[in-house]
Amino acid sequence: MTGFYFEWSFLPKLAQGLLLTVEITAACIAFGFVLGVLLALGRVYGGRLISIPCGIYIHFFRGTPLLTQLFIVYFGLPNWGIQLSAFLSGVLALGLNTAAYQAEYFRGAIQAVKRGQMMAARALGMSRVQAIFHVILPQAFRIVIPSWSNELILMLKYSSIVYSIALLDLMGMGKRIAARNFNYFEVFVVVALFYLVLVLALSQSLRWLERRVRVPGLGAPGLR
Amino acid sequence: MREGTMDALLVVEDIHKRYGKEEVLKGVSFQLRKGETKVIIGPSGTGKSTLLRCINRLTEPDRGRVWLEGVEVTSRKVDINRIRAQIGFVFQDFNLFTHLTALGNVRLGPMRVLGMRKEEATKLAQEELARVGLADKADAFPAQLSGGQQQRVSIARALAMNPKLILFDEPTSALDPELIGEVLEVMIQLAKDGMTMIVVTHEMGFARSVADEIIFMEKGVIVEQGPPAQLFSAPKHPRTAEFLSKITELYGGTEE
Amino acid sequence: MEFFLKLGQVGHHLPMLMRASLVNLELLGALLVIGFLIGTLVALLQVYGGRVLSTVAFVYEWIFRSIPALVLLFLFYYGPSHFGIDVQAFLAASLALGFRSSAYQSQIFRGAIQAIPSGQMVAARALGMSRLSAIRHVILPQAFRLAIPGWSNEYSSVVKDTTLAYAVTLNEIMRYAKTIMDRQYDLAMATFIVVALVFLVFTYSGNALLGLVERRFRIPGLQMPGATGAIL
Repeated sequence: MTGFYFEWSFLPKLAQGLLLTVEITAACIAFGFVLGVLLALGRVYGGRLISIPCGIYIHFFRGTPLLTQLFIVYFGLPNWGIQLSAFLSGVLALGLNTAAYQAEYFRGAIQAVKRGQMMAARALGMSRVQAIFHVILPQAFRIVIPSWSNELILMLKYSSIVYSIALLDLMGMGKRIAARNFNYFEVFVVVALFYLVLVLALSQSLRWLERRVRVPGLGAPGLR
Repeated sequence: MREGTMDALLVVEDIHKRYGKEEVLKGVSFQLRKGETKVIIGPSGTGKSTLLRCINRLTEPDRGRVWLEGVEVTSRKVDINRIRAQIGFVFQDFNLFTHLTALGNVRLGPMRVLGMRKEEATKLAQEELARVGLADKADAFPAQLSGGQQQRVSIARALAMNPKLILFDEPTSALDPELIGEVLEVMIQLAKDGMTMIVVTHEMGFARSVADEIIFMEKGVIVEQGPPAQLFSAPKHPRTAEFLSKITELYGGTEE
Repeated sequence: MEFFLKLGQVGHHLPMLMRASLVNLELLGALLVIGFLIGTLVALLQVYGGRVLSTVAFVYEWIFRSIPALVLLFLFYYGPSHFGIDVQAFLAASLALGFRSSAYQSQIFRGAIQAIPSGQMVAARALGMSRLSAIRHVILPQAFRLAIPGWSNEYSSVVKDTTLAYAVTLNEIMRYAKTIMDRQYDLAMATFIVVALVFLVFTYSGNALLGLVERRFRIPGLQMPGATGAIL
């Protein structure tokens, strides 16, 4: 072993990177959430005209690599005259990607809500939109929590990909420090630990959230 | 080992088993001679199945010992797999291997435990399947067989190991009524052929006509044991009489 | 449209792009095999190991699932040099992604093993099979069949992750695509779209193949209880 070279002065920089990571993750998840719900509704309730394009979108973004999608947004869009900052490109690419996955999770959750629920709502005189908003979605959102939590944690880890477009998130900052001081091993062990703690904290919070909003009798089929 | 047990195939001595706070077996002992058919009856939940599973240590008894032909099954030093290969076990839920055909199920034991070559094992399996009347179902998967057929395959699986005795744990309890007969037929034939068997069952007709001795268990102890003629017509214990009259009413038990 | 012209230009690079994509496929094969072997072992330890072994297995799984793939790649590529060992990009990437995949695959296999009714093991032991023999002849044949859908998901996931090896200088398809772009910036969009399409083909043909495998090895009566929804 040749010693562990890590200065405490690196920590604030890494913390900065961590902050950016959290920002990017939050932003892309939020974007993905809104778009994902819309796509899911389009797939479930839209006629052919809406559900097919939604399907194509979902297949494309789930079937192609995230890195490729990122480069399409950051390097490709300028070809079409659209120049976005690195931060926006990162959030957009990640957001478009997670939207496709979230759409599938929401679709599954919506379809898991019992048929009778929509019928009962319509029988009361609610319009389709009202029924979706007041009866279906509140249930679907509870059912989707496990899958959605999974996706959130996944995006937290995949957000590291933005280092490749020179963003100084936790990963990017780590690479910069390591490149300057030639201590890749030490820096990345610490970076790994940061991610481990972050993931742990996030999973615990999500588990707490799930328990808080739990309603007896409502769960995904197959879930104990 | 005690005196007078020299000719016993199986000796079960003072078995105790507790689950949590409940003591399910409170000191059960009996012996089994070669070729004997013993039937164990009694109300549900009295530890009959647990007793069977203690014999081949699928469930470990808390206290007590078991000997198979003089070898102590319950000793720490014994190779339990060798012992289990000599004791056949037929489950209430059949437990056929889902991923294998009937033939595959029957020849797995001979191949992997007894070390037979594939051709030998296959031939043996075909014979045993024929013995239980399912030669034509050799290539069917368990899911493609009726309950009665599955249970018969399960018996063939036990037979293929050439066991010294076979334990039957409520073999017909999970079957639809019209399928019970085909399984009992196989078991009766086995008894006639001289197989040593212990059967836990509610089938009184079977017990009456096939058993050499019936053991009545309740609340974890043996209440009474004796030949069917004695138990059914002149039971010594009041509980035995009570139980038998209720059951005979319920199951109408004369012949199978 | 201008775009199709660009696509045409990219077409000249197609042979080289496809050659580079072979590297991705090789990496895919290597990491899946490593992931499969270790994943099966870890799953078995989690289900059948004693308290110590299963805890170690669970910790292993947690570590390799919680650390981002990119960080693992860097650790495996740059890390060994800290100890004086030089590691090639392909080896580092295979190990990093392989261990990571093993953590996800172990979860799939564990789910499959636990979906098998307990009576199967009991029946095998009753015949006199040792635990190991029962696992080999009764449990695993069923578990692997049950695991195919979940494993398909893992395949889809990692085939795309091979592009991450770009970060440790592996000469795979994304790295080559970037050089095309560096030479002719206006080909960027077209090039990456082509790369994306290549992966669409890899993903769908892989899934179709796995679907065939599932049908070929299907056994009536052998299936997962209830809903599946394997999520990674």
